[in-house]
Amino acid sequence: MAKPTDLVQGTLDLLILRTLALQPMHGWGIAQRIRQVSKEVLQVNQGALYPALHRLEQQGWIRAKWGESENNRRAKYYSLTPDGAKYLRQEQAQWKRLSSAIDLVLEMP
Amino acid sequence: MRWYYKLPLRLRSLLHREKAELELSEELQFHLQNQIEEYAAQGMDRQEARYAALRSLGGVEQVKEECREARKMNLIGNFVRDVRLGLRMLRRNPGFTVLATLCLTLGIGANAAVFSWVEGILIRPYPLVSHQERLVALSGTVRDERAETSWPDLLDVQRSCTLCETLFVSNITGATLSIGERAEVTTGSIVSADYFDAVGVHPIMGRGFERGEDNGRNAHPVVVISYRLWQTRFKNDPEIIGKTQRFDNVVFTIIGVAPEGFYGTFVGRAMEYWVPVSMQEVFYGGGDKLEDRGARWCEAYVRLKPGVTRNQAQQEISAIAARLEAEYPATNRGRGIRVWPLWETPFNHAGHLLPTLEIMVVVAMFVLLIVCANVGNLLLVRSFARRHEMTVRLAMGASRGRLLRQLVTEGLLLSACGAAGGMLVAYWCRHALVLLLQVGGGDVMYLPGQIDGRVLGLSAAICLVVTLAVGLVPAFQTRHLALADTLKTEASAVMGARGRAWFRSSLVVLQVTLSFILLVGATLLMQSLRKIRTASPGFSTTRVLDTWIPLVAAGYDAPRAKTFQDELIQRVRALPGVETAAYARVVPLGYESYSSTPIVVDGYEPQPNEQPTAKYNEVSPEYLGTMGIPLISGREFTRADDENAPRVAIVNQTMVARYWRGQNPIGQRLQVKGNWVQVVGIAADSKYSSLRENAEPFFYVPLRQFFAIEPNIHIRTTQSLQTVQTALIREVRTLDPNLALSEMMTLEEQVNRSTSHELVAVTLVALFGGLALLLASIGLYGVMSCTVSQSTRELGLRMALGAGASNVLRLVLSRGLLLTTTGTVIGVALALLLTRLLGDLLYQESPRDPLAFAAAFAVMTVASTAACFLPAWRATRTDPMRALRAE
Repeated sequence: MAKPTDLVQGTLDLLILRTLALQPMHGWGIAQRIRQVSKEVLQVNQGALYPALHRLEQQGWIRAKWGESENNRRAKYYSLTPDGAKYLRQEQAQWKRLSSAIDLVLEMP
Repeated sequence: MRWYYKLPLRLRSLLHREKAELELSEELQFHLQNQIEEYAAQGMDRQEARYAALRSLGGVEQVKEECREARKMNLIGNFVRDVRLGLRMLRRNPGFTVLATLCLTLGIGANAAVFSWVEGILIRPYPLVSHQERLVALSGTVRDERAETSWPDLLDVQRSCTLCETLFVSNITGATLSIGERAEVTTGSIVSADYFDAVGVHPIMGRGFERGEDNGRNAHPVVVISYRLWQTRFKNDPEIIGKTQRFDNVVFTIIGVAPEGFYGTFVGRAMEYWVPVSMQEVFYGGGDKLEDRGARWCEAYVRLKPGVTRNQAQQEISAIAARLEAEYPATNRGRGIRVWPLWETPFNHAGHLLPTLEIMVVVAMFVLLIVCANVGNLLLVRSFARRHEMTVRLAMGASRGRLLRQLVTEGLLLSACGAAGGMLVAYWCRHALVLLLQVGGGDVMYLPGQIDGRVLGLSAAICLVVTLAVGLVPAFQTRHLALADTLKTEASAVMGARGRAWFRSSLVVLQVTLSFILLVGATLLMQSLRKIRTASPGFSTTRVLDTWIPLVAAGYDAPRAKTFQDELIQRVRALPGVETAAYARVVPLGYESYSSTPIVVDGYEPQPNEQPTAKYNEVSPEYLGTMGIPLISGREFTRADDENAPRVAIVNQTMVARYWRGQNPIGQRLQVKGNWVQVVGIAADSKYSSLRENAEPFFYVPLRQFFAIEPNIHIRTTQSLQTVQTALIREVRTLDPNLALSEMMTLEEQVNRSTSHELVAVTLVALFGGLALLLASIGLYGVMSCTVSQSTRELGLRMALGAGASNVLRLVLSRGLLLTTTGTVIGVALALLLTRLLGDLLYQESPRDPLAFAAAFAVMTVASTAACFLPAWRATRTDPMRALRAE
């Protein structure tokens, strides 16, 4: 298996928000979900995950609530705020534009 | 706008710190648990899984710190913590804290005090007056020299000036005010009718003047009194409006009371009352001046329209003056009108104090720099002791930025204490200038510093700069901290080693340099003052007394005054102990100015562009003898030189040299104000208006031929001032019981008053110079004792190897003196450049006077030797055994 690709700078926020768009989730779950969905390609740096979550909460894109986890432990669940959803749409559009532009350049004949 | 999410979060971080911390731990713990379980499921054993999980998270504490950072919790939290830590540090070193705070208090206080003086005297000198930033002073000029203006000229300027918003007259005057038993000379202003509207001050009771109240000779005997006068002399009388009060001998109706804190528009005195210009004759005498364009007596202010510069206004006003000159050549030839910034106002104390205050700003800055260097040095010494602490914190993961912030916070605490103390100092020193001027014999009564928003702002800015300066100095040092080295070895320096001591040494050099410059400045000013105080003004000062009698106010006209003057001088000359006595319109070096006239000299051809002019004094017989001014040749005036005799004059030596080219002028003619007068004598040169002036052509004319009602009377006597005063009062009362005597003083005091501003400059610079010297000595002492205590080991070693006490003493002293000498040498170079700034304040004293430099050098050397001696002596007491064992 190839070495897991490091995340491009700034994309961690985007991935977190996209993951939380499905359902409220705790930090561990977010990391797992990103790994699974990306078929083990994207390895979230755990040291960077929590500061990112706190920053996003601080910015008001997500909010936190304590709840019960699957294995009955107390866990901090994050969910997307309406503002966060709007921000996610913007960022997603932005990302698509960027990546298709990069594709165009890379696939030059 | 997501503030409704953010605000509770921020508040939570701040108010529920502990809860937030717990939750953070719990969150990470949950993550770790899951990770451990996953690793365990992959087949690791429990312990191994735990380590692996910790590794993949990358250190719980670090992640926590980053999360805190992300929440911005740290910003405020750290600050609070830093402040707490800083306070603890300061409390633990009370000696250091007190010393540093004291230094900063002096430094910031000196600056705040000087700023408050500049603000209260030069920039915004008139409390309650609106828009002072657009206010300028206005005076006339005669051939580019400052003079008074006339009322008709001012009215013309007011009418045609499009760039001026308002123009108002404000002349100072004095009057005897008797209420009940107490009579007192009070100071007031003669103002134009729009005065109160123009300055934007409205009486709290009654009204200001109305338009038209400045018209008509003596037509409007109305007065607005100051709040203080109302309180003290009229006992807060609520019915005061409409009551009458005698000023000198004229009854005025009180129409208003000015608000509290309004002191009029004269730097140096607080005004007690205001009367309209129509009443000027009551105070000044000499006939109605309102219609006379040739009668120049007005001092005025102009408020410019917004956005108009002084230059633009000057151009327009000069054009108006030129038009007046063309229109009224008889009265206005050679006359102009000039505007001045408030800080150069020529007719009050602002202009005189300007050079002194300019110097003070520079000097205060020097003191502040020295203080910063000093406190920086103290902090450095301490940071040396705290190196271990800093290194440990760095090793534990504190970022350098974080350490920096803490050092700056400590600096802020210190400078905030200093600033608070400094404001107190400034507040206490508000009236210091008045006190100094009064000690010097000046006639200044009211000269407050003003602590307003701008002064506070500037002081706060200084406080911030100081914070950065003193906080960053030790930070600069920690920059070089090498973790391993510092942790391993204990601090140990070597005497005279260049290494890390250079920074502190250069701070000491800076202090020595700056205080040396101040010492040179102080010495120069002191020498200058000594010279000016001992300089001969060309007339005798000690045994001559001077006073005058207010005749105009008592209703005397010219014929009555002549009779009175004649009778009085006879009686005075007959008094026991009186040698001679004489009248003169103007006292030399006094407040009044001389008459000046264009002259025509028989046989002298002026250059095409030259208009010969000279000042003159109107004097009675025996004047030169009374004043002790030598008569070179010819004769003095006699009683025969009266109105009916041919007009005569006595000229001074400079005049002879310039207009008669040294030929004997006696018997020659001279034209004064259009009349030919004959020269009958030559008087020696003396000082007329100022001790600093160069010899100028000057002449005397007989008082009887150029009459003035209220001349000064000079009395040469062997008796004391009190004896003569009592006798004179008796004689005056015998002649007319309604008359009083004005203040009597010796000419010596008169001369001293004219140099009181110099005294202020000298006192302040000397004070600050002494302060600087003290601070620099403390700095030197601190550095030397620190060096000694840090090189105990080396000193012990040297002594163990046979160095004697004298060797050690020499070693330490030479190191200290090396610093001083370096500082002094730089100081000499800089002082040579900088003392030129003293220029105007120095009297017959070169700004590069070697004597002053030598004196400053001597003082500096003595002080620094003293400062080094104690540490050096302590070094000789090092016990070699203990020093070596201590390692």
